Amino acid sequence: MTVESSAARGTRRGGTETGGDAGRTARAAESPKPAKRATAKAPAKTAAKAPARKAPAKRTPAKATKAAKTAKTAGQAGPAAPATPAEPQLVQLLTPEGKRVADAEYDPYVADITPEELRGLYRDMVLTRRFDAEATSLQRQGELGLWASLLGQEAAQIGSGRATREDDWVFPTYREHGVAWCRGVDPANLLGMFRGVNHGGWDPNSNHFQLYTIVIGSQTLHATGYAMGITKDGADSAVIAYFGDGASSQGDVNEAFTFSAVYNAPVVFFCQNNQWAISEPTEKQTRVPLYQRASGFGFPGVRVDGNDVLACLAVTKAALARARRGEGPTLVEAFTYRMGAHTTSDDPTRYRSDDERESWEARDPIQRLRAHLEAEGHADEAFFTALEEESETLGRRVREAVRAMPDPDPMAMFEHTYADGHALVDEERAEFAAYQASFEDADVTGKAN
Amino acid sequence: MATEKLALARALNESLRTALESDPKVLIMGEDVGKLGGVFRVTDGLQKDFGEDRVIDTPLAESGIVGTAIGLALRGYRPVVEIQFDGFVFPAYDQIVTQLAKMHARSLGTVKLPIVIRIPYGGGIGAVEHHSESPEALFAHVPGLKVVSPANAADGYWMLQQAIQSDDPVIFFEPKRRYWDKAEVDREAIPAPLHGAQVARAGTDLTLAAYGPMVKVCLAAADAAAEEGKSVEVLDLRSMSPVDFDAIQRSVERTRRLVVVHEAPVFLGTGAEIAARITERCFYHLEAPVLRVGGYHAPYPPARIEEEYLPGLDRVLDAVDRSLAF
Repeated sequence: MTVESSAARGTRRGGTETGGDAGRTARAAESPKPAKRATAKAPAKTAAKAPARKAPAKRTPAKATKAAKTAKTAGQAGPAAPATPAEPQLVQLLTPEGKRVADAEYDPYVADITPEELRGLYRDMVLTRRFDAEATSLQRQGELGLWASLLGQEAAQIGSGRATREDDWVFPTYREHGVAWCRGVDPANLLGMFRGVNHGGWDPNSNHFQLYTIVIGSQTLHATGYAMGITKDGADSAVIAYFGDGASSQGDVNEAFTFSAVYNAPVVFFCQNNQWAISEPTEKQTRVPLYQRASGFGFPGVRVDGNDVLACLAVTKAALARARRGEGPTLVEAFTYRMGAHTTSDDPTRYRSDDERESWEARDPIQRLRAHLEAEGHADEAFFTALEEESETLGRRVREAVRAMPDPDPMAMFEHTYADGHALVDEERAEFAAYQASFEDADVTGKAN
Repeated sequence: MATEKLALARALNESLRTALESDPKVLIMGEDVGKLGGVFRVTDGLQKDFGEDRVIDTPLAESGIVGTAIGLALRGYRPVVEIQFDGFVFPAYDQIVTQLAKMHARSLGTVKLPIVIRIPYGGGIGAVEHHSESPEALFAHVPGLKVVSPANAADGYWMLQQAIQSDDPVIFFEPKRRYWDKAEVDREAIPAPLHGAQVARAGTDLTLAAYGPMVKVCLAAADAAAEEGKSVEVLDLRSMSPVDFDAIQRSVERTRRLVVVHEAPVFLGTGAEIAARITERCFYHLEAPVLRVGGYHAPYPPARIEEEYLPGLDRVLDAVDRSLAF
């Protein structure tokens, strides 16, 4: 490969197993050049080389050299492959240092973006991170049973979320807190299910933001069906379905790809490849870069720098526009990193290294945009200071809202099991009410037991 | 003419046609439901008359069919999904149990999923493996789902329309070996409630409770018992979730004996739940324990021996005799 991939390309293997200070220095020194896209238009070239690249990357340099001698296919990548594993190109509009780079295809989608809108994206990311940190704290304090942090994925979520139109529909997993923010869902409402007071505290119809989906991948089919309905209605809305690298292995996701392609449904599949499905690296899910899966289903796929909010915005806008034009689905693979644990119950130190995390922190999505805003003179110190205060206010508000969140009435467990009622539920509700009432009687008369 | 003699498959076809005509949001989805008209011809001619936009041939992926039906329902459509055979429903089981059954509750009532999943079920047609199963208990056990099964053409016509009009997901089991049985269908009748049991034959000495394909067997058993001077009541349950326990209780309080019959394996089947509930409700009325007749705890057997597996006239009458002798 002659074209340097950008700094945001996959480095997990490089960071952990090809390891060593020299390797890290080499990566840090890589110049973040504007990346070329590898879309579905030219999948054969990259797909054919992917296994050859990936195989040596898994080995230590010494072993890789040995492998290159014995494995005929390794010759494609050459002996130098382990040191500079060639990864597919990804769309990038802001380098990790915050420098705007040109991209002929995607520039038009952000060409008219104003400094105010850029500050807005920055604010979205900062507030989302603050809210997320507050939720993690609330879990540690025992106020939440669990929290799935989005730390590190702010750009992917804010960029894609801000690309949606009000009439579009969003089908999230359980980690799309930033997208929820963009759709106007109150952050405190997201916490109800993690506190254990409900299974989803918002009306999906109000914000066109469907309830969180915990069983991974299922929602991609709902999104596809919803998009099929949009087509039947003759509307020009679009749907965006979120999922992750782990869910890409699910049958439902692959069936959603099939259905959306067959019916040309206006849906964008937004895969946040955060490198880890709990403890399993992406290599346990796929032998090809995930965005390349799209070509086999007959629609385009594109890999975007998931830590570049501007690129995520542009790529998602392009995909949504394509859907609105009646050209069908697009798979967007946002190449990003889950900086935190899978959830507050997870211990990532058991399966990944600090080095890897540090290498990704150097590409932090928020710092990147801040550097850009400062370099361009789009934001002054007063802006950052005011945002800091707003963050703290948000954190306080969320904290207070969660602590004030009451437990539901036990009778609520019977509510909404059915829309039209059900004789057995009625019977059991009455039995339970009578059982509960029997304790109240005992209290009143003082004849407990 | 409001009344016409129709086979069950034809009555279901007429019912779907009526639903498509009366509500533009009704869609039909499934494998081979278009040009072919379904492998049992239940959707025959519907795509020709209502178009490919409303009668949709889908990719062969059951989870995808139900999952996209959920999305269409969220958009305001009322999909009627066909699963080709009972044994093919399990790829969709996750979408049905995890998503379809729970979404109304999860959304605190803000989302409704008016989806009907039609499943031809049961044996007796000499089919190969996975084409003869009776998995209704696996759905009736799931809160959020409603489960029904018509036993004849008239119920097929009306119950399917009632299921389509329901705002809840309904699993609609069609007794495939009764598809060709004809009965009078009155299209101007006022239908009985979807989830209510019906007395198919009145009697005084014992109650046979059944649904779907077994109602016909039980009626034959009642005829045979009558020749021996025994008056057997046959209750067509029609709904497995909810079960009309009140109707069973009323019957058993008169006859004092109950035998539940279904093709599905007896263990943890619909009959087990009915036996438990009726024992609680009618303990002092019962002259004999509630008996069950059904399939065995074995995979559905090869077709050449399926008649030994399926509850037939003799096995039902044997249970009637055992109950009366108690």
